Amino acid sequence: MTQFLQYFVSGLATGSIYALVALGLALIYRSTRILNFAHGDIATAGTFFAFTFLGLNLHWGVAFILALLFGFALAMTFYFSVLIPAQRREATQLGQIILTLGFGLILQGLISYFGGTEPQSFPFPLSDTKVYRLGGVVISQLSLGTFGIGLLASLLFYLLVQKTRLGLAMRATSENLPAAQTMGIPTRSILALSWGLAALLGVMAGLFLAPALLLDPFFMLEPFLKGFAAAILGGLNSLPGAIVGGLILGVAESLAGGFVTIAFKNTLAFLIIILVLLVRPEGLLGTEFKERV
Amino acid sequence: MDLIESYQEELQLIRKPWTRIWVGTFVLLLLLLPWYAPEHITYIATIIFIYSIGVQGQNILIGYTGQISFGQAAFLAIGAFTFGHMARLGIPWPIGLLSGGLAAGIFGLLVGFPSLRLKGPYLAIATLGFGIAVYQIFVNFEVLSGGRMGLIINKLSPLFGLSRITFNYYFNFLIALLFTLTSYNIISSYMGRAFIAIRDNDIAAEVIGVNLTRYKLLSFAISSFYTGVQGGLFGLFMGYLEPNMFTFMEAITLFVAVIIGGLASVEGSIMGAAFVILVPQVFSAYREMVPVIYGVTILIVLIFEPLGLYGRWFKMRLYLRNWPFR
Repeated sequence: MTQFLQYFVSGLATGSIYALVALGLALIYRSTRILNFAHGDIATAGTFFAFTFLGLNLHWGVAFILALLFGFALAMTFYFSVLIPAQRREATQLGQIILTLGFGLILQGLISYFGGTEPQSFPFPLSDTKVYRLGGVVISQLSLGTFGIGLLASLLFYLLVQKTRLGLAMRATSENLPAAQTMGIPTRSILALSWGLAALLGVMAGLFLAPALLLDPFFMLEPFLKGFAAAILGGLNSLPGAIVGGLILGVAESLAGGFVTIAFKNTLAFLIIILVLLVRPEGLLGTEFKERV
Repeated sequence: MDLIESYQEELQLIRKPWTRIWVGTFVLLLLLLPWYAPEHITYIATIIFIYSIGVQGQNILIGYTGQISFGQAAFLAIGAFTFGHMARLGIPWPIGLLSGGLAAGIFGLLVGFPSLRLKGPYLAIATLGFGIAVYQIFVNFEVLSGGRMGLIINKLSPLFGLSRITFNYYFNFLIALLFTLTSYNIISSYMGRAFIAIRDNDIAAEVIGVNLTRYKLLSFAISSFYTGVQGGLFGLFMGYLEPNMFTFMEAITLFVAVIIGGLASVEGSIMGAAFVILVPQVFSAYREMVPVIYGVTILIVLIFEPLGLYGRWFKMRLYLRNWPFR
């Protein structure tokens, strides 16, 4: 039982990272119908940005905030300088997805060129080795912090989307773009803001993941794909779904790794994607999308 | 642009006499390549031929049928390892290659089933999941992948007293030529037109009597057959196989080749294959920059020339043909 709880708790910590990644993906998918394949690379770029500043002996708080802003600006730049010209030339939805893939490749190459491909350890204020005991269950300071920040970010994000005027505009834009435009909502800025916010969440996930793994240009690839799996599991067009999906995936992975076999811990996520898509393509909390002829 | 007057003419591979002459010259130049070009160019050309098979398969799926797949690396791995294990059992290469392709084709059918329910981005993710799951299975099962050292395959011994590089060149050239002709035939047949109808509007295609289930699955099967054969040929050419040859990046490379070469064109597939092979060779001093070049090219192609290298080539030909009129 203690062992079960132990796996459950460590699964929740990983799951909150997946939830952050999935939240960013779902946010973009739901407002623009684009799957952002550059999400992982934007997060990596932000993390490397923070790493560079930490190397200059900047205080970690300042470095982290700068990194978050950097990710925010990067995604907005991409939206304004690539996606909008492409949309003006009537790029298809698939074409826009491929554009994000291209952007991801560019970032990946630039990070490898400037950041180097050797894995580096990422200095972090929370320690990986300092642990707390809660009745037999051991949790490291880092996992606790990750889980806390995941919950906090999700909560703030929820308040932003549900309780503010800006969130109302975001919801309206994702619900019906032409109608939102007619109502006087500046949809282009709102969409750009969605891209920025999504990137911000991604960079946050990257910052909290980097100390647990080693920092190299490809360290976000696997969590990014898991985030995809989580978003699919919860329903790609549902924000609460992304959080629930992320937590479920993290726990399921941790339990499978602990009780079944460690070798297939990573394969599980992709089997889940295929199963969910076959059985219930709209996901756990998503709404079904009906096509009209 | 051409006025086609009969079905006979529609089925013709080459319609204009001039085109016949320069295509003939080009094929002849390719045939004679090992005799005038330096060895490493022959070597690179061989890899381009091998790749062009898989890219054509991918193009049949993405360009012609409009079903997106990020899981091609899985079919590559399945084809390659099927071929590898059969080669180790001493089964002759034609049977090994065919069964590599067929094994990939069968898995392609399986992956095709979600395509009956899923569309666009959802299908992309399902295939992506499949590609990564297969890669991890190969990494974790050393029985399948031949362990740490990889799977050693005996290379073909050269016939007719040719050097190994020249022999490999002709061997892969002939197979690539065979597959290219097959693709042209598939596309100009009923099957190809059914694929195109599905791409343009699947509901409309179903209404006019295209069996969606059959042709979507067939498209997946053909595409993965091509990719499986590419995997087998690659194993035969390199002489060894390991799971790390078939990562997610490999699937992306094939995908990039299709997009850059040009959607829905066989010539474009070959150009795209040449692009993804030549760029890392030319920029070998700046290895990290290769993805940047791919990415920038994708952005440029998708924004300014959605038909890719083939589209540019086609417009150049049209311009020259009509010159000095516009």
